[in-house]
Formats: sequence, structure tokens, C-alpha cells
Amino acid sequence: MSDPATLAVDAADLDFRYRDRTVVRMERCQLDRGRSMAVIGPSGCGKTTFLHLLAGLIRPGSGAIRILGQDLAELRGAKLDRFRGRNIGLVFQRFHLLPALNVRENVLLAQRLAGGRIDAARVAELLEQLDLGGLEHHKPSMLSQGQAQRVAIARALVHSPEIIMADEPTSALDDRNAEQALTLLQGSAQTVGAALLVVTHDQRVRGCLDDEFEMQVPA
Amino acid sequence: MTWLRLAVANLGLSPLTSAVNVLLMALGTASIVLLLLAGSQLSETMSRDARGIDLVLGATGSPIQLVLSAVYHADVPPGNIRLEEAERWAGDPRVRTAIPMSLGDSYRGYRIVGTTADYVELYGAGLASGRLWDGALEAVAGSAVAQSAGLGPGSSFAGAHGLEEGGHSHESDPYRVVGVLEPTGTVLDRLILTSLESVWVLHAEEASHAHGHGHGHGHADGSAGEHDHDHDDEHDHGRDDGHGHEHDDHGQDDGHGHGDEHDHGQDGGHDHDHDDHSKDDGHQHDGEHDHGQDDGHGHDHDGHSQDDGHQHDGEHDHGQDDGHGHDHDDHSQDDGHKHDHEHDHGQNGGHGHEDDDHGQDDSHQHDDDHEHAAEHDQSDTDREITAMLLQFGSPMAAMTLPREVNAAGELQAAAPAMEVSRVLRLVGIGLDGLTAFSWVLILTAALSVFAALYGSLRARRGDLAILRCLGATRWELLVALLLEGLLLSAFGVSLGFLAGHGAMELLGGWLESTRGVALTGWTWIPAETLLLFGLFGVGAIAAAIPAVQAYRTDVARILAEG
Repeated sequence: MSDPATLAVDAADLDFRYRDRTVVRMERCQLDRGRSMAVIGPSGCGKTTFLHLLAGLIRPGSGAIRILGQDLAELRGAKLDRFRGRNIGLVFQRFHLLPALNVRENVLLAQRLAGGRIDAARVAELLEQLDLGGLEHHKPSMLSQGQAQRVAIARALVHSPEIIMADEPTSALDDRNAEQALTLLQGSAQTVGAALLVVTHDQRVRGCLDDEFEMQVPA
Repeated sequence: MTWLRLAVANLGLSPLTSAVNVLLMALGTASIVLLLLAGSQLSETMSRDARGIDLVLGATGSPIQLVLSAVYHADVPPGNIRLEEAERWAGDPRVRTAIPMSLGDSYRGYRIVGTTADYVELYGAGLASGRLWDGALEAVAGSAVAQSAGLGPGSSFAGAHGLEEGGHSHESDPYRVVGVLEPTGTVLDRLILTSLESVWVLHAEEASHAHGHGHGHGHADGSAGEHDHDHDDEHDHGRDDGHGHEHDDHGQDDGHGHGDEHDHGQDGGHDHDHDDHSKDDGHQHDGEHDHGQDDGHGHDHDGHSQDDGHQHDGEHDHGQDDGHGHDHDDHSQDDGHKHDHEHDHGQNGGHGHEDDDHGQDDSHQHDDDHEHAAEHDQSDTDREITAMLLQFGSPMAAMTLPREVNAAGELQAAAPAMEVSRVLRLVGIGLDGLTAFSWVLILTAALSVFAALYGSLRARRGDLAILRCLGATRWELLVALLLEGLLLSAFGVSLGFLAGHGAMELLGGWLESTRGVALTGWTWIPAETLLLFGLFGVGAIAAAIPAVQAYRTDVARILAEG
């Protein structure tokens, strides 16, 4: 068992039910700071629910979740929202960029909501790194899928969170793009020194990250 | 700032829907603002015009008409009153100030008011230039009149009969402008003031002038010809130079037999007319005319002889008629004779007959004599004014004086305050109806805002979920939605206030030029502030349900659904 202070994620004895059906049941899942891990399992094993539990979007029926040493059960309402915003960068399969805002504004909004001050230079630099230079004023509807994903990643990284969580970042992509996306996530996480947790059923992810965690469909 | 920017951006996503919502809100707001402005300014203007006037004395009739005509100059007066009678009340110890007023003429649609300097003082008007009137035919123009008609000290103009534009003008004796008043924001700005004597002199001249041509004016008749049909008809006669017609009118007017007699001259005589004539008492008939034109029917003479009240003068007396029945027949058949008679009439200007008629017509002051002096010398007992404005010395007078005046019978007393509130109550019903309709528009706008926001919620569930993932709180999402509703309202309401005030200004300009009611859009009344808050409340309520839905966003479920 690792030292709690060095753990980015520490989930123990989780049980989550939805309408009398057990969706998630696991004994222990830990991720060290600065490392990457793939949570792999078949459809219906509760991977996405597990991610939502870790992000504090839902609460477990029982069990404890500590993120960066903070017990999520101790946080309520706005404090939990702020904690999530500040420390976790989320990347979704569907990128959920705000259609009303342009690329730059989407990224700036994340920075603002994370509670940090607006750092336009940092945003510009990040967009440049992600090969999005010149697209700052494009609306999400004008972007290709690859570009949109890079914007989503930029949005998750812009406030330099301690943990980046990605839900099926590769499953919609072909081999080449899937590898590129994964490499990008890894590289970006390393750049900001963040832990990376990728939840997927995509077997191509196996062997790409530091650790792997197998999830089973609960009985 | 973040949320405001986001709200603006979201509204920009569906520009058509947002524009329609803004427009709906603007329409409703504009109509309410317009009604508020018009209503408040109308009542303000009305009370300002009536300030200091406790009671109006005038001819009997509708009290509202009396007040509208004498205080607001917006209606024709019910008639004239005798100055002597009005002064009897003006002298009452309970009355502090009494302002006589004589109406009848106008210039370019602006009323010429014969009155005293007290009338100017009533509205606290100062002189912009020149001085007040001092004698007959000196006039002082209100500021609006001076500006639009281009009048100033030294200029002169001729008044026209009647209170509306297009009346027959007094060709001779134009008014001389000696002063211009400063703007007061009251009805005074749109009046031309002169002395009572001006009106008297002018109408006396006009009246006697009229004699010669078959006109018949009394200044009561000046009220757009409503009171006496003679007005127009007689003008026609003047042009006709035909006496027969005039006499017809006179016959209709007063039932006098004169006209009929003339008809005889032209028609060859009718028995009926003679009957009429015989019923007429107290007439003085010029034997020459009557009988000269009478064709000398037997009936005629019978009629005359049965009529004891008639005094027949001249050569062609009844006696002579009796004796010359055949002669008259001859005359009628003898064109030469008839012409002679008609010529005589022409030379006389038809006075014999007309003057008799006029003399018996109460509303006319005519003299057989053509000298103006005779008119001027009229005693005060015959002088007339249109109305008398009274200011009470004590509030108690308001309780007693109006009743006493009305009980006395000859005059009517109307209290402007009371009549104004009656008018405003009537107008108010209309305004209330329109206001209710405007609120229906606002309600429609609110429903539309609600529908737009609520409808967009479903499409934006993912956005809201991601915002929560990025660190936004539930309350921030609620505020974000409220902001969108409020923004729509703010745009709509601002546009509505602008449009409402703009429309008021345009309408005010139009009303001022056509109706003489000065309204402006460049004003802010307290009720508008209330309205402003009310409308923002409406916007907030419209957004409330979608906002609560946003607050309740089930982030995990939405994200899990993809």
C-alpha cells in the first residue's frame, strides 16, 4: 500500500447501485501522482460510472474515495464543484465543447471555472503545443474531430490539474488517430506533471500506459 | 463577466429566436410606455391649463363643452352670455378674480380670445417681446402662434370667422400685433389675445357690414356656425344679391312674414304666405315693398286687414292696397314696375326687410342705421361675452356659488376640476383597456422567452453537464439561465423604452401641429421606473423554470448517456 500523500487516486470498497442494480463494485484502486493508468473492462462493467465516482459527480453507496488525499465525502455542493474544477481535468468521448464559444473561449472558460486567473499567454501557448494555432477563433462546429479532441484536451490541461481523467478517448478513432490521441494525453499529462487515468474498453490501449486496472461486470 | 459573456454567446446561437423574443418584449414595452407617457402628460397638461380657474360661467348647455371651450379652447362654446349678467356674479364677494372671455374668431386655426390682462397673469406668462394690448384691434400672440404663424410686434393679420381654419375672414380692420408671450407650456401658447372691445368692434362692424349684403353675424354665431344656420346661408345670399332668398331664410328663421312677402313679389303671390303674414304681430312693414311686390291678390289684402298688429307705412298702404287691388295686379303683371321695386331693394341693400328681421332676432344686434357709432354706443346691457373665468376667494365658494349660478337659470357654472376628472375618467377607461392589451403582449413575450429557454435546455444539457465538470456550481448554472432570460428582457425593454419615447415624441409633434396638444417623449415619469423593474421581473420569471431545471442538471446521467 502506497503512502496516501503520494496517491492521486485512492478508491476503496466502492459499491454503487442504480435502481437496485449494482453498477460498480470494487475493493481497491489506486493511482500514484504523476503516473498513468488504464482502467479496462467490457461494456457494462461500470467504467464510466467509476470515473464519475472519482470525479465526484456522483456519490458511492458505500466505500471511500480520496483524491489527492481529500476524502470526497467531506465535500459538498459548491466546494466539491470547485475542488473538481481545480484539480481534475476531464476529457470525454464526446468532447462537449460549448458550441456558442470559440476555441480560445472554450479553453479560457475552463481556466476561469477552475478558479485560476485568466492567463491568455498560457492558453495561446497550449493551443500552439496542441497544433491548434490559428484556430483560436473557430467555433467548435467548424473543427474536425481530431481538432475538437485536441481542444477538449487543451481545456482539460489549461489549469494544470493534478489528475487528468479521460473517458474512452480513443474508441471512436482509427488506429493511427487512437495512438496519436493517447500519446498526446500522455505527453500533456507529463508536461504538467499530472496523473492520467484513462477509462476504456479499447484493447489497443493495453500496454500503452504505466499501469492497468481490470474491471469486471459486477455479479 | 464569464457568465454574461456565455449568456450573450448562447443567445447568439439562435439569433432568430432571440430577435423575435426581443421584438415581442419591445412591442409590449413600447405600448405600455407610450400609454403611460400619454396618459400622465395629458392629465398633467389638462390640470396645468385649468390651474387657478375655479369656475367657468357660460351659456347653458353641456358643462364639459363649456369647460373644453373656455378653458382648453378645444370645443365650440355653448353660446354667449350677457356681460351684465356675468358681471353680477363676478362682483360677488366670494369671487377674487373674474376674467371675461369672448370667442368667435381665429387666425390660421389659432383662436383669437378677447379678454383682460388677468388672463395672461393667470398662467404667469411674461412677455417675450413688445407689450400687452391696450386698445381695440391690438393683439398679443402666444409663443406657439407667434412661431408657427410668424407673428411679432408690428405684424398684422385679419381674423377669420369661426374657431376652425377656413372661415370667412374679416377683410378690413386687421389686428395689429403689439406683443408676443413667453412659452408657458399651457393653452395660452396657442392663443391670440386681444381686448374684449376688439371682438365687439369687429363684430359690430361685421354685423352692420353684413346688413348691406345680407349677412348676419353675431359673435355667438362664430362658433363654427353650429348655433345658427343663417351664417352660411346668408353668405350665399350676399353673393346672390338676391333678396328673395334671404327672405326665405328669414322666414324659416323666425317665422316672420317678410320673406314671404318678397316671395310674393317673385312668385306671383300665394295665399299661404299671406296667412303667415297675418299671423305675425308687431311687424313693421314697409308698405312700398310689401305691396309693391304683392301682386295684389284679394286674399293678401284680406290677410293684412285682419292683421291688427301691423303698421303699414308708405304710399302703398293697406288703405291704398284696398283701393288699388287692381293696380297691384297690374304691377305684378307689369315688369317695369317690378323691376323698379327690386332696384329699390338693391339700392337699399334690402334693409327694410332684413333689418326688421334682425331686430327681432335675439342673437343679432343690428341697427337699421348703418353707422358703426350706433353699434359702439350700445349699452353694456346688450354686450355679450362667451364665458367668464372665476377664481374664488375662499374654498367655501366652491360649495355654494356654482349651485347659486345654476339655480339662477340664465347662466351655467362649470368647475374645470370636476369636468376634467370626468373627461379623464372616460379617457382612462380607454387607456386602461389599451394598457391591459399591452400587458397581454408582455405576457406573450414572457411565454416566448420561457419557451425558447426551456426548449434550448434539452439541447444544452451536455453543455450544462460539462460546465459542472469544469467546476461550475449548480447556482452558477441557475444564474447563467436567469441571465439569458434577463438579457432578452433587457434588450427588449430597452428597445421598447426607446421606441415608446420615440413614438411619443413623434406623436406629440403630430398632435401639437394638428390638435394643439403638446406632448413630448423626452421625459421620464416615476411610473416608468416601476415598469422597468416590473418588466425585469417578468423576464426573470420567464427564465425561472428553465433556470431551476439547469440547477437540477444530473451531470453524471447526462454524461453517461453520452
